[in-house]
Amino acid sequence: MKEIFYCSIKELRKLLESKKITPTELIEIFKNRIENLDSKIKSFVRTNFERAFKEAQTKKEGKLAYIPFAVKDNICIKGEEITCCSKILKGFISPYDATVIERLKNEGAIIIGITNMDEFAFGSSTENSCYFPTHNPFDLERVPGGSSGGSAASVSAGFVPFALGSDTGGSIRQPASFCGVIGFKPTYGRVSRYGLIAFGSSLDQIGPITRTVQDCALILSIISGKDSKDSTSVEIEVPDFEEGLEKEIKGLKIGLPKEYFVAGIQEEVKEKVLEGVKILEKLGVSVKEISLPHTKYAIPAYYIVAPSEASSNLSRFDGVQYGLRKESADLAEMYEVTRADGFGLEAKRRILLGTFCLSSGFYEAYYLKGLKTRTLIKRDFESAFKEVSLIVTPTSPTPAFKIGEKIKDPLSMYLSDVFTVPVNLAGLPAISVPCGLSKENLPIGMQIIGPAFREDLILRLAFWFERETEFYKIRPRI
Amino acid sequence: MIENIEYIAKLAKIKLSPDLVKILSQDLKRILEYIAILNELDTTQIPPTTHAIENKNVFRDDKSASSLDREEILKIAPNRKDNFFKVPKIIE
Repeated sequence: MKEIFYCSIKELRKLLESKKITPTELIEIFKNRIENLDSKIKSFVRTNFERAFKEAQTKKEGKLAYIPFAVKDNICIKGEEITCCSKILKGFISPYDATVIERLKNEGAIIIGITNMDEFAFGSSTENSCYFPTHNPFDLERVPGGSSGGSAASVSAGFVPFALGSDTGGSIRQPASFCGVIGFKPTYGRVSRYGLIAFGSSLDQIGPITRTVQDCALILSIISGKDSKDSTSVEIEVPDFEEGLEKEIKGLKIGLPKEYFVAGIQEEVKEKVLEGVKILEKLGVSVKEISLPHTKYAIPAYYIVAPSEASSNLSRFDGVQYGLRKESADLAEMYEVTRADGFGLEAKRRILLGTFCLSSGFYEAYYLKGLKTRTLIKRDFESAFKEVSLIVTPTSPTPAFKIGEKIKDPLSMYLSDVFTVPVNLAGLPAISVPCGLSKENLPIGMQIIGPAFREDLILRLAFWFERETEFYKIRPRI
Repeated sequence: MIENIEYIAKLAKIKLSPDLVKILSQDLKRILEYIAILNELDTTQIPPTTHAIENKNVFRDDKSASSLDREEILKIAPNRKDNFFKVPKIIE
């Protein structure tokens, strides 16, 4: 029989339903695998098998009954320590469940661990964690991507069938592409952000990381939908994403934005994505070159908007209500020393950048300019979607880079998100699917972007692509 | 351009060591130089986008519901007294 830890959710459900395996045995299998191998990968910052075994012995019903999963360290789980991999939140035991956690628990899923990330999701390599860096399962000397690097690595390594991540500028899709798995960033407002510790509130979305498109569709169907606790979640029908996967894709028109295939992109990334496009053509999809003319302005606009929102959101970490406090005789100084000690270097960098962009005298030249540029980027996509149904691009300009390679140069790290950031600025849904390996055996990801709330269309194209190519069967050798 | 990073750090309530003042000034200078590419764009007639997906007038029924348990919240506070968060003295 196939290795159980690499079974899809659907396969695991069949094994459980036919009683070929008990829930306790299933948790045991994943526990053993994590204990044997995570010392190399370091995808988890905390595991809670005791609680998982207890859960496995209670009666569970639902589409995910007894299916274990992992959660990024910025999504609140009642009774668990959640820290955003930041020293400033150490010891924070969440008093409530995020809405996504509530929904997954209601379907019977069981949490087995919390995954590593860049502090407050600031980064593209998971090296900015206050704990330790995570290693890419395909090459232990390389980063898993970030900021949801722990979640992507844990799914890639067969530690869990699925994990949750969050995506503000590519933090689900880029690590999924580096680790050879599926990562989905839903339309802004599709999934409730209640209980997601905020980074950039107008950009953040929670999404699934899985090994198959079908599992991705299943999880997305469960976590999507209006939530009265998040007023930015949108009241719009949630289709059964799984049901629509097999619908015909013949006749779909996809666009290749010329700005995404230019200098700066590694040649073999370009080759593999274009080979992927050929396969889509073979499946009956037509292809058209399009233009998203403001693409080069997306990263600078993002590095105004996102840090500005972050500097405001992170003002709540002041040592008063939870987390770290550095005692001082004076309240103002207590804030300053607590935040100096609690935030890592990249967090400080972004808070200061955001504070500057919002400060009196600079607000119009920076923050407002960023928001206006955002309008131009959004319009680019709107006019593109008048011509094509979906847009296909590389997820990242390179495969996984080496640990330590970019950490000293913030700007080069920021540029690794050049193809994912525009999607967040425009609020659109997008997936990263594996489209082959580089010569060095590193996964390469293809990004499919859709119009707002057309997750169904993205998933359908990804499903047909996956069925034709079966890249999901490529496993890392750990 | 950022001329006085210590002033920005004061606004952000983060105490910076002299070493960090130097490192972060250089980093931010480089990032802002890069961001300056936006000046190529004439955006005078362009409205700003704060949220990409418009969602106006969100209402819900005005029904009472239970909120988080006070003790659960206070339990994780760094310092408390009775039902309050305790902080250093503010008023002399």
